[in-house]
Amino acid sequence: MRIVVNGKDMLFGEQITILGLLEKLELSKEGIAVAVNGEVIPKSKHDSFSLKDGDEVEVVKVVGGG
Amino acid sequence: MEDYLEIAGRRFSSRLMIGSGKFKSFQQNKEVLEASGAEIITVAVRRVNITDKDKENLLDYIDPKIYQILPNTAGCYSAKEAINTAMLAREATGINWIKLEVIGDQKTLLPDMEQTLEAAKILIKEGFVVLPYIFDDPIYAKKFEDIGCAAVMPLAAPIGSGLGLQNPYNIIFIREAVSIPVIVDAGIGSAADIPPVMELGVDAILTNTALAEAKDPIMMAKAMKHATIAGRLSYLAGRMPRRTYAVPSSPLKGVPYKN
Repeated sequence: MRIVVNGKDMLFGEQITILGLLEKLELSKEGIAVAVNGEVIPKSKHDSFSLKDGDEVEVVKVVGGG
Repeated sequence: MEDYLEIAGRRFSSRLMIGSGKFKSFQQNKEVLEASGAEIITVAVRRVNITDKDKENLLDYIDPKIYQILPNTAGCYSAKEAINTAMLAREATGINWIKLEVIGDQKTLLPDMEQTLEAAKILIKEGFVVLPYIFDDPIYAKKFEDIGCAAVMPLAAPIGSGLGLQNPYNIIFIREAVSIPVIVDAGIGSAADIPPVMELGVDAILTNTALAEAKDPIMMAKAMKHATIAGRLSYLAGRMPRRTYAVPSSPLKGVPYKN
């Protein structure tokens, strides 16, 4: 299964949830936001939301800016 | 006399707002924030680096319980991009305030007002407190007020230019056109640029690059804190009229040796 994470192609052998993806990539689960195909998926749904082949995922956090 | 800034029902005693971009470290940013006396600080939202993870988080240094965090949509070039970014910012921070920026051109970073207005309408419907970065255009400023924006943020000069206030008359027109707070954003080059803007009666100033690129950002933050207060007090005090010719300050009568 191919998923694009922050513009980068990634292959996964099996079904994966958003939470599973964050854990696999060793990303923080706090202070981030996730969107799938342009839609923000609230944190409360990260453990139940299964990603599909071809999904485009954005994982963002707060950084310095003016 | 009690003098405070009120945005969307929240009161602030400082009229200086700062950005958090381009500082050497989060620690320096924190010290600048403290020295400036600012209570509102802007932040950006960016992709997490999935290969090179930095463990440090800006919000570990700046406590959202103490400071009003103002996420921005910097880097967006359409209403759609800005709306998506605002949604991500709200999810990441739990804060529904947004400094709405929709840029129209990479070279000048001037705002695309049509797209900004469109994005503002939708974000307000979605429950955001919207503070749009706008051109110094009083007609558009009124439109943003009419749709329910919490403030308008006209530029003094292009972002990061440090040119200082370029068109005081347009800022005066904006001040007269709207009753929501007017926050002059972008273009401040140093503390000296602030009082002439505050003297026009605007509600607040937002600056970032002038702090980050100062030789001593913490000292500049202190200077800007005082400059903002000086400008505000000077506005409230009311300046004397401008005259073409001199008027003596000492009595004309009784000058020694003069009959």
